[in-house]
Amino acid sequence: MIELFGISVSLHPIWLTLKVASVTTLILLLVGTPLAWWLARMQSSFKIVLEALVALPLVLPPTVLGFYLLIAMNPNGPLTQTLRLFGFEGQLTFSFTGLVIGSVFYSLPFAVQPLMHAFEALPTRLLDAAATLRASVLDRFFTVVLPLARRGFLVAMTLTFAHTVGEFGVVLMVGGNVPEVTRMVSISIFDHVESLEYAEAHLLSGMMLAFSVIVLMLVYGINRRFGVKVG
Amino acid sequence: MLKGNLTLRQGTFLLESGPFEVETRGVTVLFGRSGSGKSTLLRAITGLDKHTRGTLSFDGELWQDGARRLPTQRRDIGFVFQDAALFPHLTVRGNLEYALRRAPRTGGPGLEAIAERVGISHKLDQDVVTLSGGEKQRVAIARALLSRPRLLCMDEPLSALDWRAKGELLTLIDELARETGVPVLYITHAPIEVERLASRVVFMAEGRIERIETLREALARPDSPLFDEEGPVSVLEGTMGEPDADGLAPFGNERVCIRLTGPCADKRSATRLRILARDVSLAIDEPQRVSILNHLPITIERIDPARDGRVTVAGRLLDGQLLLAEITAFSQRHLGLAPGATAWALIKSVALME
Repeated sequence: MIELFGISVSLHPIWLTLKVASVTTLILLLVGTPLAWWLARMQSSFKIVLEALVALPLVLPPTVLGFYLLIAMNPNGPLTQTLRLFGFEGQLTFSFTGLVIGSVFYSLPFAVQPLMHAFEALPTRLLDAAATLRASVLDRFFTVVLPLARRGFLVAMTLTFAHTVGEFGVVLMVGGNVPEVTRMVSISIFDHVESLEYAEAHLLSGMMLAFSVIVLMLVYGINRRFGVKVG
Repeated sequence: MLKGNLTLRQGTFLLESGPFEVETRGVTVLFGRSGSGKSTLLRAITGLDKHTRGTLSFDGELWQDGARRLPTQRRDIGFVFQDAALFPHLTVRGNLEYALRRAPRTGGPGLEAIAERVGISHKLDQDVVTLSGGEKQRVAIARALLSRPRLLCMDEPLSALDWRAKGELLTLIDELARETGVPVLYITHAPIEVERLASRVVFMAEGRIERIETLREALARPDSPLFDEEGPVSVLEGTMGEPDADGLAPFGNERVCIRLTGPCADKRSATRLRILARDVSLAIDEPQRVSILNHLPITIERIDPARDGRVTVAGRLLDGQLLLAEITAFSQRHLGLAPGATAWALIKSVALME
């Protein structure tokens, strides 16, 4: 609890939100990159199915996605039971882990689509050229793909982070609204409004607004400064 | 020595090379029309396409065995792409260093020396996007050489260039192939590039290797695919000598000498002369009072059947090289030209290939 402008408000939801968004972004960077690469290079007609699956969270109501995730992460369900075999204790629902898993699914298209488009725009012959210059697969990724697709990475990271910060439906379904555990900032604001605590809602909303504007300006600044010259 | 039998399907196109064995010393040209499978074969040879099947070995080292494939980066090859494929996020120097950093440390000319040799030392710190087409290809060639390849592959490296840049780069490639001794696999559909560079030619058609011949053998065939709308061509090899008082420079050897005029006389490093069969006339006796400078005695070896009233006569020069002459079937009958007979070849014009 802190007091600002004479209003007493808990900042925990903000920290939790930033933590979930950061972890989600990191995970999606690690998982989304190979997935996007695989999709970008895929030529079989199966690609359409996978692309549709990846884009699903864009069209599905968050509550629907959240509902299915809630079912999947049920403490007696197969997912939790399997994790138990590997020494996992506790439960997925109404926990930080659950929030992150839900966010990863919810923000998947925001990571995969920009990366996929960046990879598709990458001329194959540059990778071929690197191979003929003795660059291994990983070497090619770090010395050719990464620098040429950095705009795509920047967009993917920004969108994933921002989208996770702003989510509501999925985290409410999967995480619930446990104070100091799973109450994220969007839910907290909703709570305050419900209780007609407009001052608290104003404060949190204002902070999120300022934070978002600053982050976006930073990103566009970086993009402008380190923009890739191609063509 | 490149030996194997490769298949590769790309969409609806099927490459089925058939068994082949090619000596790779010097410049080997893959020649064929568009869509004949030259580039596909080169991708299969370099391992750039993972769907390649069959067998392939280079100098005894196994590169492909069934579906198992030695990755491209471990084949010690260099590759010059049609559009250079320079890394746009690096400067010219960055592109060259990319190759050098990954090359085996076996010595050989360094970055500055190679840049100087290909004529880009003043461009080293420029962005590659600011280069002209010819400059890009020079950088690509330098980059490929700096990776110290055992086999240098070039996929139509000149096709996007204007004629002047084309000529300059042909000379450069020819000289570099000789200086470095690195075997070159060169793709083109332009006969003039074959005649200029090739030691041997791999003819491709419809996804197959049709035949592998030395340039000399390829040009001796009456139906050679190297003959385009200009008709049959002879390529004579020799060296340039000092111009005499009249500005005429001799080209050839002890037994055959062709005198050249004008700008030709300055091209001192030229080693090949291109003569169109339709620029060669035949006479039974050595003509005495005639404006044509070059008369060479030949022994007629073969007369190809008439086409549109004209025949191609193949004659051996004194040094054993083949010279083709295109004359009318009427003249051939009238002069009584037949295999085994001797005659004089009158050469109206030649082109030095430099």
